[in-house]
Amino acid sequence: MAEFGGLYDAILNGDQKVSAALTRQALAEGVDPADLIHRYMIPAMDEAGKRFECEEYFVPELLLAARAMKGALELLRPLLAASGAQPAGHVLIGTVKGDLHDIGKNLVASMLEGGGFQVTDLGADVSPAKFVEAVRNTGAQIVCLSALLTVTMTAMKTTIEALQQAGLRDRVKVLIGGAPVTEQFAREIGADGYGANANVAVALARQIVAAAQ
Amino acid sequence: MSRFREWLAAGPLVTDGAWGTELHKRGLAAGETPDVWNLQHPERVEEVGTAYREAGSQVILTNTFRSNPMTLAGCGLAGDTEAINRAGVAISRKAAAGKALVFASIGPTGKLLMTGDVTEEEVRRAFSMQAAALAGAGADALLIETMSDLSEARLALAAACETGLPVIVSFAFDSGRKHDRTMMGATPEDAARVAVEGGASAVGANCGAGPAAFAEICRRMRAACGLPVWLKPNAGMPSLVAGEVLYSESAEKFAASAAGLLGMGASFVGGCCGTSPEFIRALAKRAATCASG
Repeated sequence: MAEFGGLYDAILNGDQKVSAALTRQALAEGVDPADLIHRYMIPAMDEAGKRFECEEYFVPELLLAARAMKGALELLRPLLAASGAQPAGHVLIGTVKGDLHDIGKNLVASMLEGGGFQVTDLGADVSPAKFVEAVRNTGAQIVCLSALLTVTMTAMKTTIEALQQAGLRDRVKVLIGGAPVTEQFAREIGADGYGANANVAVALARQIVAAAQ
Repeated sequence: MSRFREWLAAGPLVTDGAWGTELHKRGLAAGETPDVWNLQHPERVEEVGTAYREAGSQVILTNTFRSNPMTLAGCGLAGDTEAINRAGVAISRKAAAGKALVFASIGPTGKLLMTGDVTEEEVRRAFSMQAAALAGAGADALLIETMSDLSEARLALAAACETGLPVIVSFAFDSGRKHDRTMMGATPEDAARVAVEGGASAVGANCGAGPAAFAEICRRMRAACGLPVWLKPNAGMPSLVAGEVLYSESAEKFAASAAGLLGMGASFVGGCCGTSPEFIRALAKRAATCASG
């Protein structure tokens, strides 16, 4: 089998054109999509995450890597679906009520997609009722809540309470993040986890899925 | 001597503190865009400016951080861009009562250029419209603040400089273990370079972290360029106590370290999130002591 180490580099360097071209080439040569994902693509995103953790990469490099990953994944998805392979998990994500900021939320969504998750993005200024409805209507295992403002982070608490009142709290794990959010705040409002950045969010989502299996 | 240098000739200036939280104390609902109050409740916005001027602010800002048409479009108010910005300057001018300068606030669009959500041309146009309205209403200078992305800062700076007013460009260093990188990875040296290249009158840092982290940013900015430095740290880090968001530093502790920044050669010092007129009063008192000592 041909080696596709270039795919690893393309994703790590955030080169979407090359990542898509190499993926097409690999598929034309009959390479197993799962093999591409596990040997090159996921390791590349893991390395991008490591570089982010040690401050060699910042948001732009991470976003580019996630986009290159997504470009390659989209080509593989139909084949994966046909072979019955499931996404890593289903995540609902949104910025809480009263908060219109979406950069952080979009970054986490991109990184989760890059990590192989199915992501349903509910947008910004999402009411607790809308989160409840989305949890009820989808099979999502994880809900990610974002807030940038100290005055809107309290809406994370009301969202979790709304899930409780709707009897859905046990069906999902709730992860929270955003500039003013802290680990302590996550504990206080009864969230299941806090991600200091998009990379941590993916790691937490993976842990949750692994623990459920 | 330029007007800008004249302002600083007698020594560094104390600026103001947070506006959003002061407006919340006066009834602004969580999630409501504060800038809308320039039209709906100008008297309450003016109270905030007056409180800062009375506390000792020599420069007060305007309640226009989110008043670019792109951000206002998020709450259906893009059509009111001109009116909201003009009102913002008029309100602060009245609050300044001839005793403080009025620097008009321009915040980021909240959109990322690199994801392709918005184009450079759209961002340039948004900043141009806001800057022109603020300048037309008689602001003394324009302050581009809480920037993360160098490309967006360059666009804002170009638009603001077109007005002919002095322009300050200030970044939010909230990332990295030492809080010396913006979310997009920019360093204080990058910020200084963009400020110099874009023709800014000063470069700075606001939000992001407490005053302790700002000392190093101040040193690095001064080492990287000859521009005056503008600093507005947060009152430490936020935490939620009994349902209320509290910042870790008291007014006195904040004032002590913020006054230290004046000693390091900063030209403008004030506060960002978590600060109030009480913080500025404490800072102004210390600044006066430093100046006479």
